[in-house]
Amino acid sequence: MRAIIRIPASIGHYVNDRLWRLGYASRFLFIILIQSGTCLIRPRLVLRETYFIGVQSLIIILVSGMFVGLVLGLQMYDTLERFGSGEGVGTVVALALVRELGPVLSALLFASRAGTAVTAEIGLMKTTEQLSAMEMMAIEPVARVIAPRFWAGIISLPLLTSMFNVMGIFGGYLVGVKLLGVDEGIFWSQMQATVDFREDVLNGIIKSVVFAVAVIMIAVFEGYNSPPTAEGVSAATTRAVVTSSLAILALDFVLTAFMFRGI
Amino acid sequence: MSGSNLIEVQSVSFAYDQRPVLKNINLVVPRGKVVSIMGGSGCGKTTLLRLIGGQLKPSSGSVKVDGESVETLSASQLTRLRRKMGMLFQMGALFTDLNVYENIAFQMREHTDLPEAIIYDLVMMKLHAVGLHGAYKLMPSELSGGMARRVALARAIALDPMLIMYDEPFAGLDPISLGVIGILIRKLNDALGATSIVVTHDVQESLKIVDYVYMVSDGVVVAEGTAEEIRSSTLPFVHQFVWGETDGPVAFHYPSESYSDLLLGRTL
Repeated sequence: MRAIIRIPASIGHYVNDRLWRLGYASRFLFIILIQSGTCLIRPRLVLRETYFIGVQSLIIILVSGMFVGLVLGLQMYDTLERFGSGEGVGTVVALALVRELGPVLSALLFASRAGTAVTAEIGLMKTTEQLSAMEMMAIEPVARVIAPRFWAGIISLPLLTSMFNVMGIFGGYLVGVKLLGVDEGIFWSQMQATVDFREDVLNGIIKSVVFAVAVIMIAVFEGYNSPPTAEGVSAATTRAVVTSSLAILALDFVLTAFMFRGI
Repeated sequence: MSGSNLIEVQSVSFAYDQRPVLKNINLVVPRGKVVSIMGGSGCGKTTLLRLIGGQLKPSSGSVKVDGESVETLSASQLTRLRRKMGMLFQMGALFTDLNVYENIAFQMREHTDLPEAIIYDLVMMKLHAVGLHGAYKLMPSELSGGMARRVALARAIALDPMLIMYDEPFAGLDPISLGVIGILIRKLNDALGATSIVVTHDVQESLKIVDYVYMVSDGVVVAEGTAEEIRSSTLPFVHQFVWGETDGPVAFHYPSESYSDLLLGRTL
């Protein structure tokens, strides 16, 4: 009998807890937006964080983009060649990258490279009382620490996604044209004729902006609200990467449905 | 209560969730004095500092700093008040991504429009006051515990505050650093004409430098007086605390059921 009560009670408690956390996160986002004035007055703060969040993520993004392009080129050429249209490899690689793989994979890599770093850094600042010290110095930690990282994340990810796409297309070119002998003119002209800037490229960038807001918001929220212990920071970092990844995949489905299926 | 008191804590109670930490506490800190708040771990000393700094709000009662009730201040008023406060945190809380110089210049850059040349001179003066002007290029990770505490002290006095709060300034220091920090607290307070609150459980070191002591236990002030009065107190708690005795009103054992019952597994 006790178990019958306990199970729905624990589900209710869990749902209640999640809803409370969601509300708390929304309030936190609102505070970040209100406190973002400092970033406008002192853009150097955002620039500095953009270097740490964006520039330092460049290597992993470029290398991954290249390999994704190489593999995509091989796979697509093999499949298309069965239907006698191997020269369409450029189009398929470009469309797959700008619409889907570029934004999603860049966001996943960004969440694990930059998102975790942001969560751990903020969590450790809290654990070592650096945020409290700032507060006691009459400096608002959300304005000075959180908001610059938030905006740096939003600036960085779309740019990183564009780099990922460029490297991926270049990888596809290397495989298609240089390795498998697809005609260079056909490779580029088909891509140019088929890939639409507004429909494909711009929608992909919009996706990456949405992913950026989700990833960086989760990262700063988890870091700022992590319990001030080693275990707490570790759990917050794990939670940040898991939640971000799931959010990216779920948002991708919703955005794709609206953008490319016209739901 | 009068204008000669910088801080007046009036009937303050505070609880974390349902757990009461401070119970109807009253204390005053006169201007220009170094006052110590002593007590065992978890007795509410740091909470009291956070209430004075406005990081927490009391469940009841009032905390007045320089005549203003901290708990009623708006965010901007609190910011203005905090500019007149300096705080030394337990482990220093230095910004780990900034070097010693940048740590001390941080507040000056945030709150003033001083030219870089003036900031440089001020930072060097503050560092000189704590004997570390030669370490201005070092990163926090390159400092010893005592040095980090001194840099944090220099940062706390960066804007010449009227009130300096010290949260366990002696914790984890070697005997030499302990003495140095003690002397600095006293000297800086007198040189700056500031008022200091030292929250500590290091009795012997703090009694050397403070003007007045409040002893807190279980959320209430159990004793107060000058260092000499505290040393010669016959109150059982004060005597046990000052002389570090294991036997006294503060029990060695955490409250539990019968030890023999636990050993025999009767309560499991």
